[in-house]
Amino acid sequence: MIRVENLTKYYGKRLAVDDISFNIGKGEIVGFLGPNGAGKTTTMRMLTGFLAPTRGNAWVANYNMSQHSLEARQHIGYFPEAMPLYTDMTVRSYLEFSARLRGIDKNKIKKRMDEVVDICHLEEYVDVIIGKLSKGFRQRVGVAQAIIHEPEVLILDEPTIGIDPIQVAMTRQLIKELGKERTVLISTHILPEVSMTCERVIIIHEGKIVAKDRIENLSALISGSKRIRLEVEGPAEKVSEYLRKVKGIRAVSFQGSHYIVECTKGQDPRGEIMKAIAQGNWTLLSMESVEMSLEDIFLKLTHEAEEEAGQ
Amino acid sequence: MRNMATIALKEFKSYLTSPMAYVVTGIFLALTGFLFSISSSTYYETSISGLWEFWGILLLILLAAVLTMRLVAEERKMGTLEVLLTAPVRDSEVIMGKFLGSLGILIVMLALTLYYPILLWIFGDPDWGPIATTYLGLLLLGSTALAVGLFASSLTSNQIVAAVVAGGILFALWFASMLASFLPESIGDIISYLSLYSHFPDFVSGVIDTRGVIYYLSITALFLFLAIRSLESSRWR
Repeated sequence: MIRVENLTKYYGKRLAVDDISFNIGKGEIVGFLGPNGAGKTTTMRMLTGFLAPTRGNAWVANYNMSQHSLEARQHIGYFPEAMPLYTDMTVRSYLEFSARLRGIDKNKIKKRMDEVVDICHLEEYVDVIIGKLSKGFRQRVGVAQAIIHEPEVLILDEPTIGIDPIQVAMTRQLIKELGKERTVLISTHILPEVSMTCERVIIIHEGKIVAKDRIENLSALISGSKRIRLEVEGPAEKVSEYLRKVKGIRAVSFQGSHYIVECTKGQDPRGEIMKAIAQGNWTLLSMESVEMSLEDIFLKLTHEAEEEAGQ
Repeated sequence: MRNMATIALKEFKSYLTSPMAYVVTGIFLALTGFLFSISSSTYYETSISGLWEFWGILLLILLAAVLTMRLVAEERKMGTLEVLLTAPVRDSEVIMGKFLGSLGILIVMLALTLYYPILLWIFGDPDWGPIATTYLGLLLLGSTALAVGLFASSLTSNQIVAAVVAGGILFALWFASMLASFLPESIGDIISYLSLYSHFPDFVSGVIDTRGVIYYLSITALFLFLAIRSLESSRWR
């Protein structure tokens, strides 16, 4: 459904997207991850025809974006970053405008509008001016306009940014529902979001793809080496020394007020840590495992990439 | 065609929901009303020629530049252009739709000034021929100014910059005829032909000169074409 080959984009001299290639099959939900400025939005803009690539090609719904952009756009539903909307229109008139522009048959517009209003729970707000809606509702209007023409491909750029947790959960549910029949590419930098909605991820960093994999394989990468954060009352040097001796611990670092313990792969030394601290007659104030953040994964992945290049 | 109509209708409605069009129309009516009431031609000839001799049309083209400044610049600034340009719509349909939407407001503005000839008709016996040709001229000149304004708006995300650029282009085209008298006749004639102003007096005096009609239509088409290219080029930045 989405095929990208050697896509490259320069803004002037600055390289934003560097020779990326990937494939997304029909009915897949794929997470597009990366820190801010990694090139996610630029890639999505090239996939939707808003920007032309400097080099390379993209096919969406089997149409080449540079040659048959208009036909391709017919099959794309797009939720751009921050979802800009016409603030002076009512929800109803905006959705009607979107429906007409997407070429929906005149007799079907009313029916489709009712359907998307129902899907996105906007019933009570159809006659409200968009400028007066809260961010969460604007975001729903954004989703509604993206799906109104029943596109085969949905491209969503950070659809859950800046809305409250309840709406985030709703949106994720909605994306899952939509993904049953459609191809979805969703960008985010929130890791748990990806594991909840997507089957596969593409990770991009500084314009380059650093990983494309199924989510299970990524979780293995994340949980590969566990990290634990400790607060201990006791002399830092002695505590560190004791901790290092514990079986299953690879490294210990003292960070002023707490310790970060890195465990060897597949080991859970929490019990041993307790024992060690009790042995030293110190007090354990807290112990929690630290989730590996997306930044850490990037560091790891980019570090690995550099090492491979060095060899 | 259908997309163009959709966009034109949306733009027209959005003029009606924002204060901009009302302010522009109000000022336009107040100032043209003033010009109408102080023109001697109103009293001696029962004609509207005094009003549309110079200041009235200058006012019209400047207000047209103000009306169009938001058309693309605002969408660029707000980011809504991204949604519009990723919909299955041609760039030419976007520009033409926006042009027709603003033309709709211009027609409403001009229609409201029809009360000047109606006043003349109540109190006298005006010659309707020149009045009709004047309005044809106003429509043509107004369209040209809208096209220039739309082009300027497509260049930037700043509405003030758009208005100033549009005003600059329109003033340059307007005053070109004044430059003509300083130049050798052959060049002067060309410059004078290119001036927005030099074709207008014909319309006011009741003459429809095809050169004038073709001039206004071709300048309009030129700037609409430039606006389309400018919109297209934003994909390559």
